[in-house]
Amino acid sequence: MSRLSAAARRDVEVQTYPLFVFVVVPLLALGLQSFVSLHFPRFDILDLPLLVTIYFAITRRNPIIGTITGGIIGIAQDALTRQPLGIFGICKSIIGYLAASLGVRIDTENHGTRALVTFGFVFLHSGMYWLLVRRLLAQPYAWSWIHELIRALINMVVAVILFALLDLAKRKEY
Amino acid sequence: MESFFSRYKNALVLIVVLLAQVIGVAIQVRRPLPKEHAQPDAGGVRLIRYWAISLVSPPERLVHWLGSSILGIWDNYLDLIHVRQQNKDLEAELRRLRIQQGAIVEDARQGQRLQQLLSFKQKYVYQTLPAQIIGTSGTEQSRILSINKGSKDGIGVDMPVITPDGVVGRIREVFPHTSQVLEITDPTSGAGVILATTRIRGILRGNALGQPQVVSVMPDERIKAGEAVITSGGDQIFPRGLAVGVVDRVVTDPDHDPLVDVLIHPAANLSRLEEVLIITNMGDEITPKQKLDMMQSQAAASAEQLRASEILAERLPSRIDPDAPQTDDASAEASADAEGEGIARPMRPPAALRPDRFTPNTTPAAASLTPGARLAPQSEGQANTTASAPKPRATVPSSSGDDNGGVTETAAVVPNKKAPEIVPDDGSRPPPTMAVRPTGSSTGATTVSREGTTAPGVTHAPMVTMPASSPRITPTASGGASTPARPPVSGSLAGVNGAANHNTAGSDGTAPSTTATVPHTTTTVEGGTVTPTRPAGSASTSSINGSAARTTTGSGISSSSGTTPVHAATPQSGTPSSENGAAPGQVKRTVIMDGPLPSGTKKPTTSATTGSTSGQSSATQTQRPPTAAPAQRKGPEIVPDDGSRPPPTMLKTKPQPQQQTPPSQQQTAPAQPQGGRQ
Repeated sequence: MSRLSAAARRDVEVQTYPLFVFVVVPLLALGLQSFVSLHFPRFDILDLPLLVTIYFAITRRNPIIGTITGGIIGIAQDALTRQPLGIFGICKSIIGYLAASLGVRIDTENHGTRALVTFGFVFLHSGMYWLLVRRLLAQPYAWSWIHELIRALINMVVAVILFALLDLAKRKEY
Repeated sequence: MESFFSRYKNALVLIVVLLAQVIGVAIQVRRPLPKEHAQPDAGGVRLIRYWAISLVSPPERLVHWLGSSILGIWDNYLDLIHVRQQNKDLEAELRRLRIQQGAIVEDARQGQRLQQLLSFKQKYVYQTLPAQIIGTSGTEQSRILSINKGSKDGIGVDMPVITPDGVVGRIREVFPHTSQVLEITDPTSGAGVILATTRIRGILRGNALGQPQVVSVMPDERIKAGEAVITSGGDQIFPRGLAVGVVDRVVTDPDHDPLVDVLIHPAANLSRLEEVLIITNMGDEITPKQKLDMMQSQAAASAEQLRASEILAERLPSRIDPDAPQTDDASAEASADAEGEGIARPMRPPAALRPDRFTPNTTPAAASLTPGARLAPQSEGQANTTASAPKPRATVPSSSGDDNGGVTETAAVVPNKKAPEIVPDDGSRPPPTMAVRPTGSSTGATTVSREGTTAPGVTHAPMVTMPASSPRITPTASGGASTPARPPVSGSLAGVNGAANHNTAGSDGTAPSTTATVPHTTTTVEGGTVTPTRPAGSASTSSINGSAARTTTGSGISSSSGTTPVHAATPQSGTPSSENGAAPGQVKRTVIMDGPLPSGTKKPTTSATTGSTSGQSSATQTQRPPTAAPAQRKGPEIVPDDGSRPPPTMLKTKPQPQQQTPPSQQQTAPAQPQGGRQ
């Protein structure tokens, strides 16, 4: 019960960020994802836009903002690919909604919690993406449990570091 | 109602957002437009992509510019060691490559013209535009590259993107300053490829793991790892012959069980791309510089061809100077080799093993022959005369050393200095000549040349009977191996192909049968070949194929003009002589006597039978000396039918007239006419 109390206190603690952070960070995530993968091909196992979506969702604790943010970032990510716009948008919209909804109920300041949440959302994102591509678009997509687990683990580790860096830019409002 | 929206507004917003995106996806994945309306995306989608690219590309371009600037400063201003020497080397290489390019372009244009004739469309790479990779899609599921060249640089959709190593992909989206390249490893890509060795065609596309594969290929055991894969040009996007990669392995197609997928290891390092080439022109446009190079290369090629043709013409037989001294072919070859390696030699047919005795114009002029003389040494007969033959001017020697002689282009008879060959009568080769045994019934024989032109005046004695001490000459058109007698045929001789046939009474191309009732056997010696003729008294001569032409000159003798008519041979009272002032003593001529002249046979005053072969043939002209001994009737001479020389014992044995000896017994048949060969 004390935990809930603590969480309840944090619920009123709304983390806000400067506007340029909302704009620049997703763009940087997209740019780095695109540019670094050019020189380090295995970098594409990371999904920086997804991590940014999760971070803003769990810190803002607003499902609507999380949904819209996820949708915009996803569509922008779709624009860099050859697939129709909306595939990543749908996935990240759902992830943003769930992350924001979960951030209201759990302590998202803990690194362990962040890591578990990120692991679960990355895995869920892969599942939704597979569902959309394979079933909705009927395009080939290789599903490998091991590969997806490794991806989720790597993104989890990177997310912990990235979230800590992004925490430096937040400003608290009471 | 208000409370419902306020209570579930988050979920409603999510549903609305998801529904909007699903509808958007559904719109985008509708059936694609035809090729002529090729637009990868609709206007709205394209606008969104453009915005996204415009947002992402500037930082990427900025980062790329910073990196390239730093590297450029280092490379262009600091790291300049050995640059001058490299520049000189590269300039020299460039000059050489420009010449080569001209020739290659000319070849390509020629190939295009030929392909246009065949209505085959082929694309060549004529112009490329370098571009730098500034980004990727950033995901594993989409193999997209971003380059720093767009529509303002002349980039268009579906332009091939390559590297010097191989194919990269094709342009998918074009924006003003950037473009998207769809790699060949993407599942949605497609390229027509062909396996270089097995020539198996297929469609290349990426699999889910990002490895290109040739999908749905019929199982073939010849497909091995390491086989090169090139573009086939069938997709009308990639030019033909570009390297794609090598075969990695073959796996079963999960969707099409009998078929297999050939996994390809791409030739280009797609994971380490920095610069690519976009093929912007595959037409036949040629720059002025290329035209200049083409002209230079054409001039050089023309000069080279002229030189080669001169060299080749010098070696052609038609260019042989007839007045030039005779040269050995081997020496000519040797001299040709000495002139230089790699020079094309004129093609020459292989030397005939047997002389061509059926080709017209290969018979010598009768005027060049000597009555009663022969050109080949006779092993059996008595070589009692020697005659001269004009020295050939230019001779293509025959590889055959037998009596048949070779086809020559000489102006005169080439003496045969080789031993005669005994030709078996096994029918293994056609009767080159027809051993004519004219009898008394065949009078007024005319000599017909190979062309069927009758040479009147040459009178053949139906049977020449010589005294026992004198050789008896059978007026036989010799020319190498003659047709051995076959007893059952009763003296029917057949000429083959009619071109070199002998017709005792023949002219006008018909070969009437000549029946002889001479009850003796004539052994004909032709070109050094001892040929037993049939002992039967009836000897008919016929020719096949209609153009029976009795020639006094045996085949194998070539004439210089080819149409030299056969002149009447003038007997010189038993003394063989050569015409045209030929120097005597170079050719041995053998006159063979195998029996006396039959009583019913009119002794001819002149008898000329000329038979010779080129090089090894014999020319036999019969002359009946007026002082010949009284004729003795002799029985037919039985000689082996296998062409072998009758044993000496046969010379002493009196044969049975009209007796036909089986072939098996002819080998040892002791019958031999009296006063046979000497």
